[in-house]
Formats: sequence, C-alpha cells, structure tokens
Amino acid sequence: MHRTLRSRLGGPMPQVMTSDDLDRAIRRIGHEIVERHHGTDGIVLVGIHSRGVPLAEQIASDIESFEKVRVPVGELDIGLYRDDLASRPTTRLGRTLIPVDLSGETVVLVDDVLYTGRTIRAALDAVLDLGRPRRIELAVICDRGHRELPIRPDYVGKNLPTSEHQKVKVRIKGIDAEAGVWIDEGPPADA
Amino acid sequence: MRDLLSVDDLDRAEIEDLLDLGDDFVEVLGRDVPKVPALRGKTIGLMFYEPSTRTRLSFDRAAKALSADVLTFTPGGSSVSKGESLKDTALTLQAMGPHLMVVRHKATGAPWRIRDWTGLPVVNAGDGAHQHPTQALLDLLTLRRHFGQVDGLRVAIVGDIRHSRVARSLAGSLQTMGASVTVVAPSTLLPIDTQSWGVASAAGIDEILGEVDVVYLLRIQTERGGGDVFPSVAEYVSRFGLTRDRADRLPDGAVVMHPGPMNRGVEIDPQVADGPRALVTHQVSNGIAVRMAVLFRLLTSEVPE
Repeated sequence: MHRTLRSRLGGPMPQVMTSDDLDRAIRRIGHEIVERHHGTDGIVLVGIHSRGVPLAEQIASDIESFEKVRVPVGELDIGLYRDDLASRPTTRLGRTLIPVDLSGETVVLVDDVLYTGRTIRAALDAVLDLGRPRRIELAVICDRGHRELPIRPDYVGKNLPTSEHQKVKVRIKGIDAEAGVWIDEGPPADA
Repeated sequence: MRDLLSVDDLDRAEIEDLLDLGDDFVEVLGRDVPKVPALRGKTIGLMFYEPSTRTRLSFDRAAKALSADVLTFTPGGSSVSKGESLKDTALTLQAMGPHLMVVRHKATGAPWRIRDWTGLPVVNAGDGAHQHPTQALLDLLTLRRHFGQVDGLRVAIVGDIRHSRVARSLAGSLQTMGASVTVVAPSTLLPIDTQSWGVASAAGIDEILGEVDVVYLLRIQTERGGGDVFPSVAEYVSRFGLTRDRADRLPDGAVVMHPGPMNRGVEIDPQVADGPRALVTHQVSNGIAVRMAVLFRLLTSEVPE
C-alpha cells in the first residue's frame, strides 16, 4: 500500500518504494553480493551511520537465511573524515566498530542514498585507515545521481533520477516508524 | 563554546558533550592508525610559559592525532630572555597564523589577556594557582569510564589545595557533575576562600579513608611556596600521605588518582602508585582524548554571534 508523507512545504510527498519493495531490493542485493563472490568467504558488510548500519544488518540476515552463514557486520562513522567540517558543525559522533581484521577481506560499504559521492569518499578514507582490505565495494538503496566525484555503486536497490532541489527520504525498519522511500519535491525550481 | 578558560564556563550538558566526544576519541586512539583528518589545515599555537611535560606533550599529541599542525613556543632560548613582553610575544605568534592558542602561564588570568589581545580562541592549559580545565575534564572522563558515571561519587582531594589549579578546577566541575567533594589538607595549605567552594573539609587523611570512592592526591608545590608551611616531610606523610597501610583501609573498589608529577614517598607510597587502585596512566591517556575533544569542538563549531 502506498502511503503519502507530508513534504517540507506541507504538500504530499510521492512514495517511490513501499516497505515491501524495500525488503525485496535489500534481499536482491544480498543475492547479488553472494553471486558475485561465489559465496560469502571474506565478505565484511560495513554500514555507514546512521541508516547504513541497520541496512547492513538486514542484508546480513537475508544472506544468513539463504546461505546459512553469518557474514561479519561493522559500522562506520565518517564524521571525522568529512570535507565540510568547518562549515557544518558536528553533533555526537557515531560509533565505529569493525569486528574483524579487514586486511585481505572484501568490504561492502552500505548506505541508504548515493548522491554527490562525498560521503563515500570520506568512508573510503576511513576504511583504509582501519586496515587494508583486498577490495571495497558499495551497496546503496537509492542512486539519485548528481555525482561530484568519480564514484559508482556496485549494488543498487533503485536508480532514482532526481533534480537537485528534490530530497530523497529513505525510511527503514529499526530506525523509522514506517519503512519506504519517498521523494520530497522541495521548493519549485523558480522559487 | 568559543574558548575554554575556566570550568565555571561549562554547564553539565557541555561537560557531558565533551566527555562523550572524549569517549569517541579514546576509540580513535586505539585504532591501528590513531589519526583522523578532522582538523587538517588548522594550526594550533602552544604557548607554554611554565615548565610542563605531560600537558604540552598531551596537547601536541591531541593536535597531531586530529591532523592539525602545531606551533610551539617556550620561553627558554626565546626573545622573552631579551625582554619581550607577553603581549608582543602573543602578537608575534598570532602573526604566524594559528587558528587557536593553548596557553600556560604562571600568572592568573594570562589566557584571558591573550584572548583579548589576539581575538583567537584560547584554551587555558593552567594559569598560576587558578584554573586547569582540561585536567579537570580528563579526570572526569577517567572517572566516568571507570565508574560509569560521576554523579554520586565521593571524592577526597588531598594535599596542597591552596596552590593547586587542579584542585580548583576539579572541585568545581565535580560538583557540577553531581559528585561530593572533601578537601583534606593542613590548614596552612587550604585556600582562604574554601568556604565559597561549597566543599567539606577534613584535617587528616585518616578521617576520610572509610567513606570515599576516589582519593585524589596532589603534590606539594614547592615552587609556589607550598613546602614552607609545614614542619617536615615526615610529619606531612604521617597525617596526609597515602601509605600502603592506609590504601588497604580504603573501601573495595575505591581508586587513587594523581595529576602528576608525583613525589613518591611523600603524598603517595611508591607501591600504591603502581598498584591496582591507581588510575594514573589512564589519566594520561584519557588526557589526549579529552584534549582532542576540546580542540575539535572549538575548531569545528560555528561561533554564535
């Protein structure tokens, strides 16, 4: 069932993925990860705070349900690696916790929305300070375009062409009351 | 928060925020690469007019762990010996472009003057017998990490209270955080204004041994005249030294802290200093983390006008 949230301007916010759509996309990403690597050996899922963390957990649970193997899940806060710290004050940092040695492993970074790529740039630096993985891949729920850096995802839940004044809201189980993906239209282009 | 000059400027929420960040930086310092790029491109001036090993090294380490550059000034072999004033030295250092100054000086109030002259954010790293806020914060972080919380702890501060900026900063901030404080010292080593501190006092260490969670020992500050006001070291030890026998009488779980430098055999027995109750080395390592938190907050927060 499609539900409508209120946008920043008070108007309706179109929903582009329901809670069920989201679950299916996450399950497919889990299958794709296992398929590409012919199994689960050496895979470490690392969620980027805040919504990437429960998403990584959900991918791990899905993989466990069809492969009967629990892959390690870590969490990463990129607050200290942002390139706009001077202009955007930080609040509390999230936890960074990687349960295994990353050397030689395949790290799959997990985040909700891929936009400019700057968050992922920061996450790459943060992961490389924590160890020397064999490779790093990227899984996102939504790729909304408008990249400012040469970064591309390896696993995508949904490609979502947007304009820059729009906002993409991913709400997920474990953090938000209702799961799904919405587009907030924001102010009209001529405003 | 624009400066950190006195613990009196911090309310409980602000202290909690710095301790939370301090916890995060303890985690960063434990990584294989204990360095993050958060303050890349920032320069921090360290002006240390008084001898200091741990505090200067700790600020230096904290700045570098955040990828900031450091300009260090100490008066030995500098223009101070050629008669340069504090103001001219501060303005000279300022002209080299630091984004923040860390100041230690033997005169009370010097960090405030330097802030007013330079307009830079200033961290007080100890002014005379007045304030040493980052020492208080690292002690609070050490206590919170050890006990889970500071609220409700019973803390005895023992020794040369009168000449101690550590005691002044710590007593104030402990009370802000909900701990109760007793100062223990010869009457000649108590400040004349102890009444206004709102703390209890005791005339000998034996009075408090049975009912404390934390014994915080202070060195006799001979350089500020602290050695001239009691008859002998032996007599001081007999009433105020934390001997092995006294340490054995502390309640289970009670801890011993010292800001350093320690005079082993005077305020603290050497074996107690190295014993299981001592948190001294934790204080030193937490000091780096809490100074990272202070530098990070001051250099990445927007200044409310």
